[in-house]
Amino acid sequence: MSLSECNVHLKAASCFCMWVKFSKSLTVAETVEDEDEKESFKADDTVISASEDEGGSDDERKHRKLLDAISSLGGKKRRKLAERSEASAQISEFSVSAEGAGEKITLSDLIGTIEKTSVISKTKKQLKNLKNRHDTLELPLSRQQTEKIQREVAYGKTSKEVSSWQGVVVRNQKAEQLVFPLNQEPSGPKPVEQMVTGWKAQTPLEQEIFNLLHMNKQPLHDPVLTPTEEASLKAMSLEEAKIRRAELQKVRALQSYYEAKAKREKKIKSKKYHKVLNKAKRKEFLKQFEEMRKTDPAAALEQLQKMELGRMQERMSLKHQNSGKWAKSRAIMAKYDNEARKAMQQQLEVNKELTQKLAVPSDSEDEEGPEEEAPALPDFVNEAEPADATNPWMMGKLTVEAPEPGEGSDTEPPAGGFQEQENPEDGAEEEEVTEEEALLRQFEERRKLRQTQNGGQDVVPGEKEGEVAEIVNEGDAVGVVEISDNDDDDEEVEDEVSEFNSLFQKLAEKEQVAVIEEATTNNAGAESCEEPALLEEGLTRLRSLEDMDLLSQDVSIETGEPAVQSSVTAASEETAIPQLKKKKKNMIDCNEVLTKEAKVIKIHIAPTAIEEEEENEEEQKMIIKEAFAGDDVISDFLKDKKKLEAAGKPKVVDLTLPGWGEWGGLGLKPSRKKRRRFCVKADPPPPRRDQNLPSVIISEKRNSSIAMHQVSQLPFPFESPEQFESCIRTPIGNTWNTQRTVQKLTAPKVITQMGAIIEPITKEDFMKGKTLATTRKQPDIIDFLPRWFKPEMEMNK
Amino acid sequence: MAANEDTELKLAHVGKKKIAPKRYWDSTEKRATEDAEEGQKQEEHGEQKKNIKGEMPYLKRKKRKTEAGRKKGISGKMDPFPGPAPVSEDKLKKFKRGEKGKMPQGTRGRLKDSLSGAEVASNLAQNQAARYDLLLPEDAGFLEGDEDEDTCTFLQEDIADAVDITSGAKYFNLTLSQFGPYRVDYTRNGRHLLLGGRRGHVACIDWQSKQLKCEMNVMETVNDVKWLHSEAMYAVAQKKWLYIYDSSGIELHCIRKFNDVLRLQFLPYHFLLATASTTGFLQYLDVSVGKEVAAICTKAGRLDVMALNPQNAIIHLGHPTGTVTLWSPNQREPLVKMLCHKGGVRSIAVDKTGTYMVTSGLDRKLKVFDVRTFQPLKSYFLPAGASCLALSQRGLLCASTGDIVQVYKDVCSTPVKKPYMTHRVRGSVCGAQFCPFEDVLGVGHAEGFTSMLVPGAGEPNFDGLDANPYRSVKQRQEWEVKALLEKVQPELIGLDPGQLGLVDRATWEQRHQDKVQALGFDPLAKAKFTPKFRTKGRSSSGKVQKRKKQVAHEDQRDQIRETVEQLQKETQKKINTDQGQRSALDRFRK
Repeated sequence: MSLSECNVHLKAASCFCMWVKFSKSLTVAETVEDEDEKESFKADDTVISASEDEGGSDDERKHRKLLDAISSLGGKKRRKLAERSEASAQISEFSVSAEGAGEKITLSDLIGTIEKTSVISKTKKQLKNLKNRHDTLELPLSRQQTEKIQREVAYGKTSKEVSSWQGVVVRNQKAEQLVFPLNQEPSGPKPVEQMVTGWKAQTPLEQEIFNLLHMNKQPLHDPVLTPTEEASLKAMSLEEAKIRRAELQKVRALQSYYEAKAKREKKIKSKKYHKVLNKAKRKEFLKQFEEMRKTDPAAALEQLQKMELGRMQERMSLKHQNSGKWAKSRAIMAKYDNEARKAMQQQLEVNKELTQKLAVPSDSEDEEGPEEEAPALPDFVNEAEPADATNPWMMGKLTVEAPEPGEGSDTEPPAGGFQEQENPEDGAEEEEVTEEEALLRQFEERRKLRQTQNGGQDVVPGEKEGEVAEIVNEGDAVGVVEISDNDDDDEEVEDEVSEFNSLFQKLAEKEQVAVIEEATTNNAGAESCEEPALLEEGLTRLRSLEDMDLLSQDVSIETGEPAVQSSVTAASEETAIPQLKKKKKNMIDCNEVLTKEAKVIKIHIAPTAIEEEEENEEEQKMIIKEAFAGDDVISDFLKDKKKLEAAGKPKVVDLTLPGWGEWGGLGLKPSRKKRRRFCVKADPPPPRRDQNLPSVIISEKRNSSIAMHQVSQLPFPFESPEQFESCIRTPIGNTWNTQRTVQKLTAPKVITQMGAIIEPITKEDFMKGKTLATTRKQPDIIDFLPRWFKPEMEMNK
Repeated sequence: MAANEDTELKLAHVGKKKIAPKRYWDSTEKRATEDAEEGQKQEEHGEQKKNIKGEMPYLKRKKRKTEAGRKKGISGKMDPFPGPAPVSEDKLKKFKRGEKGKMPQGTRGRLKDSLSGAEVASNLAQNQAARYDLLLPEDAGFLEGDEDEDTCTFLQEDIADAVDITSGAKYFNLTLSQFGPYRVDYTRNGRHLLLGGRRGHVACIDWQSKQLKCEMNVMETVNDVKWLHSEAMYAVAQKKWLYIYDSSGIELHCIRKFNDVLRLQFLPYHFLLATASTTGFLQYLDVSVGKEVAAICTKAGRLDVMALNPQNAIIHLGHPTGTVTLWSPNQREPLVKMLCHKGGVRSIAVDKTGTYMVTSGLDRKLKVFDVRTFQPLKSYFLPAGASCLALSQRGLLCASTGDIVQVYKDVCSTPVKKPYMTHRVRGSVCGAQFCPFEDVLGVGHAEGFTSMLVPGAGEPNFDGLDANPYRSVKQRQEWEVKALLEKVQPELIGLDPGQLGLVDRATWEQRHQDKVQALGFDPLAKAKFTPKFRTKGRSSSGKVQKRKKQVAHEDQRDQIRETVEQLQKETQKKINTDQGQRSALDRFRK
């Protein structure tokens, strides 16, 4: 028995009971009634009677129904008795009790009996839940609120509808020309291609024929294969498809493998692993770079520039400095923790390495290897020479920690000799060291070879270059010290390094001066033959500001003569005036104006009129000179110009009041300090347009007459005058343009057909294009294609 | 064949391209035609292969590409030259109107539309004009001598004999010894000639047909004569006043406001007659309404040297102090004052494009200036000095010394050593002018008038709507009306004729300032960048700062980028040029 059925039964039962009770009471209450209705009363009575004997049969009910039907056949409407709802209070036959009148009926009252039944547990549960719920039904919303909601919904709908017009509106606003009424067929002849391709079956006969053809999909001539079959055959053979699929599968699998590998590798957190990886990469890169240098120098140069850029970025950023959060924390830790110290050092070394200046590979390097290597700094860094006894600097530095560096150099000379980058983590990565060792051995061998080659030159005492080299070596040695010493005296070493650096710098400077002196005195006898070149190169590379000063003096002495010469030549030309003018500022020399050399033109015919005068040419010249003796044209002009310039300058306003703050009176001038304080100086005027043209005066007055005709307010979309000017720079008149251009440029924005009715735009007008576009893209051929091909085509759309 | 391959290829690349819709009834027919074509094509390919032989594979590829790109016409043949014909860069440059405006990066909306629209329009105009340049068929020629021959030794008689009769008839002499040195003026279309003798003789002639329109003696000294806008009227500067006559010699006006006029110039597009007088006044008369537009006292004494810059309608005056002043009717003081000669200025001429000014002075020098920058370009020394200068439409310079007329070619651009042509006239030259659209130089001298042939002087192509030498009376009348309607107001005269196309900056700035004050903020100022809020900690202050840093100093960065790019280009250029001659010592150079 389902729940609903049970409910129905319950309801029926209760209703029935109620109804019986009501009718009883009614019989008591309503005795005065029409006679016609008495029948019904009787019927009611019978009903009551029927109900009184328990378990009234169906027959009786049917009978009653029949009676009802009959009575209703009479045509008269049976008046229904008005129902009384307040009967509950009077249910008792004997007394009127007001008990429980004000009480609410709870659900438990109604279904109290249900608890006894055991079958409908689910319903019970639900009912219990219902009992526990205390929320009431919400009140219906107020009129205002419902209206508001309705309005909102309506607004949403309309705005959606209206916004579908947005595109059309914008398009029409932007359109260069609108032609009304809309959807006109363009007049004039159409191109043939369009006519042919755009041909459609129009007449009914044509349409019928094409329909037939389409329906059957039959080829017209010899029906061997239907087009569908043919097309599917043509589309692809099975083997091909299989091959293709296999290929794709393979590619995909490979890709996924690769991806998985990359992911795995990326997740590895081991620092060491990454270091190794990076190093390998670096090596690879270097190798490639070397190759590239040989094969493609331009690309190599680019690469080099990239490296240089990286260096610049490193120099600019504080990434590997000791100022970061991590670095600071390490610095604190460093006192107690060896690891931290190491890490910090490592970082600093990374920085050093990144900021190291690149040695630019010059073309000549291949040719003159050994000679070139002397000045190139990086090579020396690589050379880990043992401390030189002859070098006092070396001695002085290394005595402090003589045993340790010695050990370091003995035990692991390659580690010191090679770039510092790898050294710090030596202890950790021994396998790599073994790898490197082979390389480094090679390196050392080469070095020895070189030493033997250079031997004679390098050992020459007092030679500057040698010194430089040694100093550099020394620097390297210090690096070794710093690296090999892991224990406790790092700070000490650092101090040493800084001290050493400063010393090195001083020395280098000193040396440069010496070199310059040498260069200037130019005593070539002392140096060997290749020395000058080396020195020169050093000069260009290590030039400092002070050196430049020194040099400039020498150069000026040397170039003194040509400069004088050039000035002499320049004086003859007007164009050279500005240079000299700068010195004298506002003084223009009369001799410098109108000095352009004139070319003499010779004419084979001499004018007859002057021919006579030509005999006494000298005389004529004298006459001319005399005539213009009084007016010096040029100086007059310059005076004029100066006057105008002076007039153009803003005047200083003197606001000093005599007597304020000091004594005033006859013959007493306000003090200079005061005057200076109260003089208001105006800003200097913008430079005159003729300031570089000595023989021209250009009026600085603004032409206000044309301002009347100029545009002074920019029209809407323009924000700056430049934009507007660029927009109107092309004339549109027919004086400057061809006829067609004029027609195009001055075409009216709206064209209406004379006499035509212009209907307002409808949705179909602009939707038509869309629907057309979509329908047009559905070609007939789609029917012929294999099924698997279709979805893709739809996707492509 | 090709089609099939294509389809297969397309199918192989799954989902890359759509197959063009085909009609099924096409397939069978096409097959047949394709088969036929295939044979042909194969043959052709064979030939091609023979020709090319794998030496230049790119050629073949290129060809195929173009073939694929080309459309087939209805006849099935391909257009060998698809698209519109290309226009040469030089011609495009000739019709370029101003610099292309820059569109900054964030431009969008209406502004972008209007800017790009204007750009398209100007491109269209430029292209069309360059295309239509084809319709100017005439070309200018020059006199060329044999190897040991100098063109300046050619005699006018020889030239006249050598050329055709009509051209030969353009060399003639008018012997008018009675009324003294003549001033000359041609109309703008070069059809009519006006002669004014010092002693009062005024004559206007249709010089090509040698028809005398009118001739008279005004019984007064004539200082200068000038045609007004058409051949119907001309102005004569007589001893006392300025007179205007019509072509039949009837006196139309006597303008008493203009007294003691020495030189006349007519501004054709402004309908202004500019006069320079002995009293130092420069006056402008609007001949369309008969009003004096401006009277400027130049305070420079007698003004007997005057020239017109045809490009910007500026009047150039020469003074005995060796200066040349530039005047517009809108300013009481000279726009520019240039010191050109150590002696007084004898004559000035300005070329048609308004680029060059040629002056001659008492110091016997001939100088060429760039009038746009006011800088001297060339300086020549003529042994006898030049009394009278004239520039032709194509840049030939006529300089007369005494009774010798010399014509120079390319004076402005290249240094010349000898004249292009010389001719001796009978008397000392008083006025000379090149006839527009003709290879003719008219010289007025003491003994009359000489019309001499100067090949290459005139512009070969005329603008029929502007100055048409062959126009009828009706056309002239219509032109007159149009010209009057298009008359340029005298206020627009200035050094820069394109001034009208510029925004009045001063007013605009003032207005903008007012607006800023009224609103309390600058509406045109760039909005400050505020980074968008992002969730998941991506809007932490550090991140925000970073994002701000990314866009900071955008404009400056753009500038720097531009300059760096330019520098790089320059260095690249240098490297490219230097690579040819690198010596062994170059490596030490920094």
